[in-house]
Amino acid sequence: MPSDPILVAESLDKVFRVGGALFGRRFNAVSDVSLAVAPGETLSIVGESGSGKTSLARMLVGLDRPDAGIIRFHGKPPAGKSGGNGATALGPSRTRLQRRAIQMVFQDPYASLNPRRTILDIVAEPLDVHGLARGPARRQRVEELLDLVGLGPAITSRFPHEFSGGQRQRIGIARALAAEPAVLVCDEPVSALDVSVQAQVVNLLIDLQRKLGLAIVFIAHDLAVVRAMSHRVMVMYMGKVVETGTVAEVLDRPRHPYTQALRASVLDLDPEIARSRRPLLVLGEPPNPVDPPAGCSFHPRCPRATDICRQAVPALREGAGGFAVACVNASTGTE
Amino acid sequence: MEYAEERWDEEQLGRWQGDVVTAATAAANGSARADQMRAAALSVDRLTVRFRTLRGEVKAVTDVSLSLPRGGVLAIVGESGSGKSVTARAIMGLVTSDNATVSAEGLSLAGRDLLTLAPEARQGLRGSAISLVFQDALSALNPVLTVGSQLAEPFRIHQGLSRRDARDRAVELLRRVRIPSAERRINDYPHQFSGGMRQRLLIAVGIALNPEVLIADEPTTALDVTVQAQILDLLDELRRDLDMAILLITHDLGVVARLAEDVAVMYAGRIVETAPAERLFARPAHPYTSALFASAPRISATAVLKPIDGSPPDLVSPPQGCAFHPRCAQRSAVCIAQRPRLTPTAAGLAVACHHPQDAEDGGRIDAE
Repeated sequence: MPSDPILVAESLDKVFRVGGALFGRRFNAVSDVSLAVAPGETLSIVGESGSGKTSLARMLVGLDRPDAGIIRFHGKPPAGKSGGNGATALGPSRTRLQRRAIQMVFQDPYASLNPRRTILDIVAEPLDVHGLARGPARRQRVEELLDLVGLGPAITSRFPHEFSGGQRQRIGIARALAAEPAVLVCDEPVSALDVSVQAQVVNLLIDLQRKLGLAIVFIAHDLAVVRAMSHRVMVMYMGKVVETGTVAEVLDRPRHPYTQALRASVLDLDPEIARSRRPLLVLGEPPNPVDPPAGCSFHPRCPRATDICRQAVPALREGAGGFAVACVNASTGTE
Repeated sequence: MEYAEERWDEEQLGRWQGDVVTAATAAANGSARADQMRAAALSVDRLTVRFRTLRGEVKAVTDVSLSLPRGGVLAIVGESGSGKSVTARAIMGLVTSDNATVSAEGLSLAGRDLLTLAPEARQGLRGSAISLVFQDALSALNPVLTVGSQLAEPFRIHQGLSRRDARDRAVELLRRVRIPSAERRINDYPHQFSGGMRQRLLIAVGIALNPEVLIADEPTTALDVTVQAQILDLLDELRRDLDMAILLITHDLGVVARLAEDVAVMYAGRIVETAPAERLFARPAHPYTSALFASAPRISATAVLKPIDGSPPDLVSPPQGCAFHPRCAQRSAVCIAQRPRLTPTAAGLAVACHHPQDAEDGGRIDAE
């Protein structure tokens, strides 16, 4: 496992306002979230709708600015460019090089490719923006990239509507790779795909990571896909990290009641197990993020909630063996 | 939803192509139920649906035959474009557009022959004998009516209840689908409910008139996993309590494992394998079924996923022979030359393949 992180985020906050200036209310889409990801490593961020995982992804790639906290990039600048080597705090407006280093793969391959542009122009866009290749070199580079994602070079003059969902997602990945990023942030890249095609894209991402040493931040809600894909997992609930650790720690020994509920809600592909195992008693659905509950935001749904949970926000406590959990009732094995 | 669909449908009634519309076999409602106790809740014989498009004829569904026992759960599982949703809509009589042709050799609902039923009588069955729960709860509910008036409508229309009685029944329904503070929430509008609660509302509309068959089309696809688990529990509980058969349409193998007793696997508009759920998951016979299982990520152990190469075929010009042959590891010359028929192999089992996987050693290609 690679050790030195290439992308580090510390105590990120994102606040959105809903309603007008006078009567509007604020809610914390992301609060106090820290993470680090190393080259060759996949960190999955798991959560249900409203957990803040997409807001976090958008801050990491620079599409949104954090309201507090800092994002540092530790990588070398891309080859052939001058510049410092070492930690660089990414400011509110990133330099072109910083933007190149962290690229995004979007969820919906039907909405994220311009229908009026050819595959050549779509994949070449980062090359044009960053001035990486022109003329024949540009086409050659696009053909290499398409080859890298398992699509032939013959498709360069075709349009997105001619391709299936899985093929479009490959095109989206080729476009992200054109910028020669060190970090790939993938926002639910396979959730719109059929299961047989989803496996193609998951395997492609794993393969690309091995070849290129990419650090991947993988935003997902499907724990089975997360298991197939990642080294470490971070579970979010209502904007906060509730549990983080290695895949084995989080998925096989979940400690937070929310992670336990998520894990128990995943349906096993064995009818006997799927029917016999009753999901843990989680009550209802996530509360309105504009009006979060006091104390631990999970307490209204938690089967183990006590008075402390209704009053104090639990801190994320680290345990031995590479995990951390934000629940007063969870054992970290260090007390 | 059902009644909304019906209204929308009114002008288009009788477009059930291939119908022999006779002068009504009287609204065979309710009374006849007792005699039909032993009949299958729903049986479909060689249902075929075609759509004419500019690109050519889309062979959406071909020769689909199903039998859903009373109180049973049959899942139709398939990926996008497999024809599973069109099958459900055709059974409901909702495939009515001008460019569609629907034909079937048999279609009966609890012993009533739908093919010879007058359109009005058939419409009367929707909601009362068969109903459909859609995937997208927000667009299936009317945003400008309170949920109370939407839930009360079937009672007023089908059963002629007074406003007050219908409202009481609506409150009862909300409790039945476990929506908290039913008396208060009955005056709320759909947007005031969360996604999971809206799906419960749709299910409430679906079960309002105690139908014999509930068709659930991807009932949990849009929901978060913790909510999905709750909705599946609810469906399971309701069908036991109400002795209602469920035709479950889904792409999600986990949902099939949780709910289905029998499974029909569809590929390119045809059924390629049918089997009881336990048997199908343990020993799939069709190479597509086992490839589908091998490509699915599992929660219990980290495994290398085995995708199916290529994409599902274009239903305007599906491949010759077996539609799965271009993606199949077992294919031989005969698969390209000749389409395999869906052939029964044992009680309750059937497979459409020239090289079905050996049942004894477990055909399943296990992920490593």
